Amino acid sequence: MMSAQPKADGAILTVDDIVVRYDTPEGPITAVDNVSFKVRPGEFLSVIGPSGCGKSTLFNVIGGLLSHHAGIVNVAGETISGPHQSIGMVFQEESTFPWRTVIDNVAFPLELIGMGRAQRAERARHFINLVGLEGFENRYPGELSGGMRQRVSLARTLASEPKILLMDEPFAALDEQTRLLLGDKVLQIQQQLKQTTLLITHNITEAVQMSDRILVMTYRPGKTKRIVDIDLPRPRTSEIVTSDAFGHYVAQIWNDLREEASRGMKDEEAHVLHHEGPSS
Amino acid sequence: MTDAAAPRRSPPGRFIAPAVGFAAIVGTFALGEVLVRIGAIDRYIVPPPSEVLGSFYRIVAEERVFSRFLYTGSECLIAGVLLTLFGIAGGMLMHRFKLLQQAIETWVAALAAAPLVLMYPLFLVIFGRSMWTMVIMGFVSGLPPVILKTIEGIAATRKVLINVGRSFKLSAGQQFWKILFPAALPTIFVGVRLGLIFALINIVGTEFLINFGGLGHLIADLAERYDLAGTYAAICFVILVSVLFFIALEKAERWLRPVD
Repeated sequence: MMSAQPKADGAILTVDDIVVRYDTPEGPITAVDNVSFKVRPGEFLSVIGPSGCGKSTLFNVIGGLLSHHAGIVNVAGETISGPHQSIGMVFQEESTFPWRTVIDNVAFPLELIGMGRAQRAERARHFINLVGLEGFENRYPGELSGGMRQRVSLARTLASEPKILLMDEPFAALDEQTRLLLGDKVLQIQQQLKQTTLLITHNITEAVQMSDRILVMTYRPGKTKRIVDIDLPRPRTSEIVTSDAFGHYVAQIWNDLREEASRGMKDEEAHVLHHEGPSS
Repeated sequence: MTDAAAPRRSPPGRFIAPAVGFAAIVGTFALGEVLVRIGAIDRYIVPPPSEVLGSFYRIVAEERVFSRFLYTGSECLIAGVLLTLFGIAGGMLMHRFKLLQQAIETWVAALAAAPLVLMYPLFLVIFGRSMWTMVIMGFVSGLPPVILKTIEGIAATRKVLINVGRSFKLSAGQQFWKILFPAALPTIFVGVRLGLIFALINIVGTEFLINFGGLGHLIADLAERYDLAGTYAAICFVILVSVLFFIALEKAERWLRPVD
């Protein structure tokens, strides 16, 4: 499973000139337009942008779930055309299997590779402990909170030992305090495993708290507006949100995003007016 | 949403619901007894429940009710296994091949609503006065809801679960057995329950019509002799078949999918 090696240029993931177009009743829409970037081994890169900028489309392209795109996704020298064993995905929506216990959820990828029952239970327990859910092994997802279920999903993905962890707004449905604490947990795991991570998010605080670099996208069509290096000390925790440097980065990224978010809002208003007409 | 575990369902009170259910049945019988005894219900149409109770010993001792019960139960079991296997396979195929689904789903839905018991002469000609006439009647009448509910359950599987399977590079077979099937299981079980209801009705109805087999045959005999108390007592055994199958189904569902 761990066969992928970094390319000679040091990148483990290369996203090159990705273009995604959709046909809609109003005509073709370019969701993602010539987006390119590289991710180095062990790096934490976040992709941030306003709603409708094509972040989730990009997530699906990199994860191999979307095939009708132009451009290349290359994992450690291998061009991929579908889901790849080196990429582990954590989804925005709740994605645990409700009919499996926590331990059986986490052991799912190990079961797929034919690992024996005892060995996979031991491996699954390791990842359950890693996300801080020891003692909940035999509970069902329906008995857990939203934050705990997302940690089960994270542990399940980590159990497949992916080279690249790809997450699409995994904490979007959670409250702010839980989100910050889970951010700490993800940072701790990422630093412990030296896990290459690509996070798709619209949350500036979350992106600055966790990332080495942040790719800011424009509103539709989604293009690369800027890549910001986050030069904050590691190891980090959520306490970093109180530092001046953190505030500086948040302000800087918000300056980039404000214009894009405004464009998105105006576009939505125009869309509503076009379809429903002005209110009388 | 908070990051705290939801409490488990507490076991106390688990006997309250069955006790209330039992009390409701006893209450209904008591009410029936009173209504018959005061003449509000004609006792030549509905015998008093006490007479029905009294006739249980008689139909057990004189009418071989247990062997008839086993006969009808076996027919239901065979029909139930067949309609579960073929219904799930049919639903799966129709979900997999959209053209097939578009072509015949409406016909299957129409069959579910049709009075298929009227087809008994056809099966009587094919299988004769044998158990297989009833089994196939039960199978044919119970099949449509299983097919329809299997399609519905698979189609309602959340997209994100399918994407999880795709991200782990599951084969089509693994995608079905590890994700689609367990996700659809509660809906499939609704279909199997409906299918078994249809099957039991048609099996007992056919036994009644062709005067052959288990409890339906007994009910026809007793009704012809105008033994109303015995008839109602035999109907209670039909209900018992239904109750036993429902309990077995519930156990099977909890075994296959311990939580919703």
